[in-house]
Amino acid sequence: MAAYDKRVSGRKFDEMREIEAKVGIIKRADGSALFRMGETIAIAAVYGPRELHPKFMQNPETGILRCNYDMTSFSVPERKKPGPSRRSVEISLVTEKALLPVLDLKQFPNAVIDVFIEIIQANAGTRCAGISAAALALAHAGIPMRELVSAVSVGKAGGKVLIDLDKNEEDVEDATDIPVAVTGRTKQITLLQLDGNVTKKDLIEAIKLAKEGCDKINMIQQKALKDAYKSEEE
Amino acid sequence: MNKLLIKEHEIVVPGQELAEGIEYLPSSGTYRDKDKIISMKLGITSLNKNIIKVIPLTGRYHPKVDDVVIGKVVEIGFYGWSVDIGSAYNATLSIRDATEFIDKGEDLTKYYDYGDIIAAKVIRTTKYDSIDITTKGPGLRKLNGGKIIEVTPSKVPRMIGKQGSMISMIKDTSGCNLLVGQNGRVWIKGNETEKENMVTKIIMKIEEESHIDGLTDKIKKLLENKNGSL
Repeated sequence: MAAYDKRVSGRKFDEMREIEAKVGIIKRADGSALFRMGETIAIAAVYGPRELHPKFMQNPETGILRCNYDMTSFSVPERKKPGPSRRSVEISLVTEKALLPVLDLKQFPNAVIDVFIEIIQANAGTRCAGISAAALALAHAGIPMRELVSAVSVGKAGGKVLIDLDKNEEDVEDATDIPVAVTGRTKQITLLQLDGNVTKKDLIEAIKLAKEGCDKINMIQQKALKDAYKSEEE
Repeated sequence: MNKLLIKEHEIVVPGQELAEGIEYLPSSGTYRDKDKIISMKLGITSLNKNIIKVIPLTGRYHPKVDDVVIGKVVEIGFYGWSVDIGSAYNATLSIRDATEFIDKGEDLTKYYDYGDIIAAKVIRTTKYDSIDITTKGPGLRKLNGGKIIEVTPSKVPRMIGKQGSMISMIKDTSGCNLLVGQNGRVWIKGNETEKENMVTKIIMKIEEESHIDGLTDKIKKLLENKNGSL
């Protein structure tokens, strides 16, 4: 297969799509955020800490985090059947595991923090956009967090290691998709999945690329949070 | 080696480094990682000599002893009432903290029924989830009629003003009865619906523009104008 030297979108190999982040978009939620990467848009709402029902799920030692990821039926070209699916249950679970290490829920025993992630427009990389949005919404809800979490997908398509793959690139034959979530300050990896085949050398290169990308996302997240309250500064 | 990385009253985000060196001490909203102090919340920094604190800008109400709060009765049991005060957990109003004397086995709904709105004071909080409130004390009672609006708890001090200047001004000019709970709930009761609506608008204005200097004067002008047109 011939190695390409250009991406369909005209981006460079280590260039992400245009990113937009905003907090406080849902009035009735305790915390909310919108995170956009190109044509992929995720919104997240946080409710809580609040009493957890059903009661048998309560943990007197710590509060728990409950994530719910869902795609709206109009988010993809072919209508998506609404409601939970095998895929959305998996993504909800990995999102929860990606966010939990940075949260300090010890001070909320028996309580729950609900995170609802809704993808309103999808063009690949939705779980990463969802995690970045959820991290912002959690910070906006005033939940104690040791640091933020940013996520980006990296991968390989057409023989090249790329960052932030869009749908065209993801659908290439033998393409590899690696979603990665990295914490903001200590640069720990909290999510690492892999769909496809990859060599050790390429994986190391891809993760390096993801860490650089997450650094940039982290900056944008910090700015979004600060901008929402800029006027409060004296 | 000790270095402060932020200014006083600066907005910080979770994970942001606030200071370096063991001279500085972490207080609420911060934590220490090796020799660094790091923020845990989205908030404003507050320095007291070498103690660093982050005052949260958002989030649910965190109960403190002696706060006056406005709550809604959600459950009645043998022990007393369970009251939603907008924090992570419901508060408990036990029989002996409710009023002077209640006979054993008496019907508690006679005092406070489901859905009643009450003004109460926090008397006890444990480290975790138990909050005790009382309705014994001046101004603490069931709130009949009127309406309730919710604002961010961190903006309550602005709502009240210096020594209650803002609140008494709104009370005087509008003739409405007003009670601001530390949990961010504001109870408004006036003789006319229009006056209630006007005060609602004013409160929302204060929440929106809480950062502006000379807000009290601005609101005063607004109140006078509105009163003229009413």
